[in-house]
Amino acid sequence: MWRDAVLVAGKDLRVELRSRVTTNQVAPYALIVLLLFGFAFDQDPYILTHAAPGLFWVAVLLCALLAIQRSFGLEAADGARDGLRMSGLDAAGIFLGKALAVAAQLAVLEAVLAGGIVVLFGARLGHPLLLGATCVLATVGLAAAGTVYGVMAAGLRVRETLLPLLLLPVVAPVLLGATQAWLAAVGLSSGGGWRWLTLLAAFAAIYVALGVLGFGTLLEEA
Amino acid sequence: MNYKSLSARPTSNHATLVVGGLTLVGLGVLLVLGLVVSPPDTVQGETVRLIYVHPASATMAYVGFGLCALGSLAYLWPRTRSLRWDRFAGASAEVGVAFCVTTIVSGSIWGRYSWGVWWTWDARLTLTALLLAVFLGYLALRRTGGDPVGRAKRCAVAALCCFLVVPVDHEATNWWVTLHQKDTLFRIGKSPLIHGWQLTTMLLSFAVFGLLFTWMLLHRLGIEALEDRIEEEGYVWAVAERRAEGVAQAPATGPGRPLPGPGLAGGPAAPTMRSAIPPGEGR
Repeated sequence: MWRDAVLVAGKDLRVELRSRVTTNQVAPYALIVLLLFGFAFDQDPYILTHAAPGLFWVAVLLCALLAIQRSFGLEAADGARDGLRMSGLDAAGIFLGKALAVAAQLAVLEAVLAGGIVVLFGARLGHPLLLGATCVLATVGLAAAGTVYGVMAAGLRVRETLLPLLLLPVVAPVLLGATQAWLAAVGLSSGGGWRWLTLLAAFAAIYVALGVLGFGTLLEEA
Repeated sequence: MNYKSLSARPTSNHATLVVGGLTLVGLGVLLVLGLVVSPPDTVQGETVRLIYVHPASATMAYVGFGLCALGSLAYLWPRTRSLRWDRFAGASAEVGVAFCVTTIVSGSIWGRYSWGVWWTWDARLTLTALLLAVFLGYLALRRTGGDPVGRAKRCAVAALCCFLVVPVDHEATNWWVTLHQKDTLFRIGKSPLIHGWQLTTMLLSFAVFGLLFTWMLLHRLGIEALEDRIEEEGYVWAVAERRAEGVAQAPATGPGRPLPGPGLAGGPAAPTMRSAIPPGEGR
């Protein structure tokens, strides 16, 4: 299973490295989203500094939608998805591989966005261990849930409009948990940040388990 | 059989008539008890009467989503796999969504008079809104059409993902500090918080809403079955109707040779809708 996962992740990341869609299109899109937040809040430093963690994760969610659509869009043409189905690779391995590739892209985008909120919003990045753990767990959860819903919508004509409707409400707990943990890490909330990691870890574990068990069924019908 | 005969076919039967009749009587009794017999609350005044709608609606929403998850599990289980379970899951989710909307609207009205706002970002309220959103997504997924078997598999997995929100929503008042009041009736080791006619009326509301839920579910199941028949056979009926129109408009002079088609002797079998549409089309 893990060997297949590495194969699929390597394939997806190689395609991304060659096409450079994440770096040339999605990353600039992420920064434009941050600029738009700045315009929307009238460059008020107080609001932007305090809202920065939430805005960061909203931007990550929007970028995750693009990354997931791209991940399954790659296989829409030339019967590539049929090839993947008939390759004999373990379905759980394919799921883990695609989720790993999405997670790697999201990690790059999060680094770009973190730089963006520090420069544009004057946000502080404190407590690196808590911030790092939050990013890891939230990214795994987003990638796993996104891969499950991505394959669900992959074969449909309405996939571009359906995926946000399906995915955004489902990943709302990630937005909530990651934002609260981040606020605690930079001292903007009084609650402990580590307890929110429990929510993020539970979410990630549930969707990884669902993906490992159900991805084969969904891939058959994609 | 054609579209017209199908649309004229009711989804009612003996079961729906009995359940519907009982529901109507129950709603009448509930209205009298809730609006006339039951007294206003000493603290909440007349707004307490929303308690005869709101908790029962919320419970029926949970029941609907729970049945949707059970139907989906039954569909995914190889020994019980049948499109009937898929239809059951879809119908349950639709009725559950209807009750979830009723819950949010009645709760919002109550909140306006008790808290002074239509909406507040309380854990229970937010999670209920989230629950509605994920099941609206599920219903949107059901409407994507295409091969019924593929749709059923996709929707069954989606339903199980959506159902994960239900226990979290139900336990929200115990896990977090919320404005929403805790359980009124079913309190472990404690007696209910209400008594007399208020308690009787509230218990009756659960029974009546249960009947209403069953009545709606039975009709929705019938409609789902009819929709699947249109998906399966609609193309054949449409072709037969066009051919019949062609025959009717043909000049009456001379013994015209009848056009081949379904129901006409000698004609080749018309394709079913699924076989006539290439894979992936219509989704």
